[in-house]
Amino acid sequence: MVTARRSAWVPHAVLIAGLMLVLFPIYVAFVASSHELSDILEAPMSLVPGSHLVANFAEALTAGTAKTSGVPVTAMLLNSLVMALVIAAGKILISLPSAYAVVFFRFPLRRVCFWAIFVTLMLPVEVRIIPTYKIVADLSLIDTYGGLTLPLVASATATLLFRQFFLTIPDELVEAAKIDGAGPWRFLIDTVIPLSRTNIAALFVILFIYGWNQYLWPLLVTNSPRMTTIVIGIRQMIGNGDTQTEWHIVMATALLAIMPPVLVVLLMQRWFVRGLVEAEK
Amino acid sequence: MERRVVFSGWVCPAVLLTPQLLVTIVFFFWPAGQAVLQSLRGGDAFGLATRFVGTDNFSRLFADPDYLASFGITAFFSFAVALLALAPGLLLAVMADRVVKGAAFYKTVLLMPYAIAPAIAGVLWMFLFNPTIGVLAAGLRAGGIEWNYLLDGYQAMGLVILAAAWKQISYNFLFFLAGLQAIPLSLIEASAIDGASPRRRFWTIIFPLLAPTSFFLIVVNIVYAFFDTFGVIHNVTQGGPAKATEILVYKVWYDGIVGLDLGGSAAQSVVLMAIVIGLTAVQFRFIERRVHYA
Repeated sequence: MVTARRSAWVPHAVLIAGLMLVLFPIYVAFVASSHELSDILEAPMSLVPGSHLVANFAEALTAGTAKTSGVPVTAMLLNSLVMALVIAAGKILISLPSAYAVVFFRFPLRRVCFWAIFVTLMLPVEVRIIPTYKIVADLSLIDTYGGLTLPLVASATATLLFRQFFLTIPDELVEAAKIDGAGPWRFLIDTVIPLSRTNIAALFVILFIYGWNQYLWPLLVTNSPRMTTIVIGIRQMIGNGDTQTEWHIVMATALLAIMPPVLVVLLMQRWFVRGLVEAEK
Repeated sequence: MERRVVFSGWVCPAVLLTPQLLVTIVFFFWPAGQAVLQSLRGGDAFGLATRFVGTDNFSRLFADPDYLASFGITAFFSFAVALLALAPGLLLAVMADRVVKGAAFYKTVLLMPYAIAPAIAGVLWMFLFNPTIGVLAAGLRAGGIEWNYLLDGYQAMGLVILAAAWKQISYNFLFFLAGLQAIPLSLIEASAIDGASPRRRFWTIIFPLLAPTSFFLIVVNIVYAFFDTFGVIHNVTQGGPAKATEILVYKVWYDGIVGLDLGGSAAQSVVLMAIVIGLTAVQFRFIERRVHYA
């Protein structure tokens, strides 16, 4: 064995330093969300948790802050949840069939269709924001869930992953299905979709996080406070000098914004790690 | 790679492809085309009409010292973020690969920042370094450093780099760990038998074998720093102070949405598209190489 030798404590020491680097900002946010504002402003704030955790979270969830025109964080969480779910489900629902068509059929313009979809990988929404905004405005989708999600659904990551997976399905399975008289629809529903279950789970995790954490696009396309997502909402809670930022509420909101995607990653770690490493290959 | 056995007919694939093609055309090709057209047009002083101005927007862009400065800022920012996210990612992956006890726990915690939005990472670090109430800012001040990132451009740059890199360490850790675990143990054992120290084994065996992973991650990290960090900048510095942290993506947004210079902003979009296509091409070359060696 080459491992487990003299200085076994070095890796642990480095890893613990890594854990502290990762956890420290989150811990400080947690401590701040458990204090009253006056405790935070009495700099430097104590790093021992205070006693207002429940009160602060309750205030964030039900009332928000004065700066966000009283939109409670519950509403923002709901918007974020809808956005993340629609983006994740939407991408999977449109890309599984199109990958199936590209892999299991020969038809005219097949390559053109594949490249037309594939090229979207190259241009993230960030580089075409203003023209996309104009089109969404022309379709009167500003301040709607459709406008929030559809432009982000138009991307090929999921299509590419499904295509790679479908290429590994043995030809014998297709032949067997054909001999049994199964058509393309039957084969899709009875064989391909059940085989893709873990891939779908992995993609769902990655796309949920991608959707939840969107920033630039929701910032542009939502004007009404009622459509604000939580990641955007936090920015609006932070003052620019004229009024005191309610940091205890801001930090509670930050933790609320972090929790859903972190929970998804922790609970579905196996699929997530696999999906991430596969998706980027 | 192609399949041998396939279904025939074109109606079925057409039906299956329609939703994705439709969304792609409406929300991708149409706006991308508009961006290119828009970049060749300019508005009159009253914003009432636009006319074809050819490459004026581009020559104006590259004559603008602010834009060139933004290029420099973006290059520095991306390089620093990539370096600061890659080095700890690699170090932690090497260490996590060596431990047996607690490996799963370390991995789980180190993955957490991946799930955190860059914008939120920005808020967390901004709170730590807030000039008046930040816990770490107080520490810096106690150490005799005049800390105020709202006034000092270098400090602002340091803060956004830190926040952006922190979030990306997870991703690099995960890929380096996967890369390390793919290295055959027999190679490492052979060199250990030959008497190579752990340090020597790392630099002569492990690090070269990680090269494909590293190249891939460098490109991914630069793309991340270019495009996904808008939320960090917008939350922490708004491109300031005095445009010290105005990266290209922030400038596209600012000039187009706040400054209402649609032609100039579209020209910037086109330049960004060219950069992404270039980076993607580089990435594909390395992926090809990796397939070749595998």
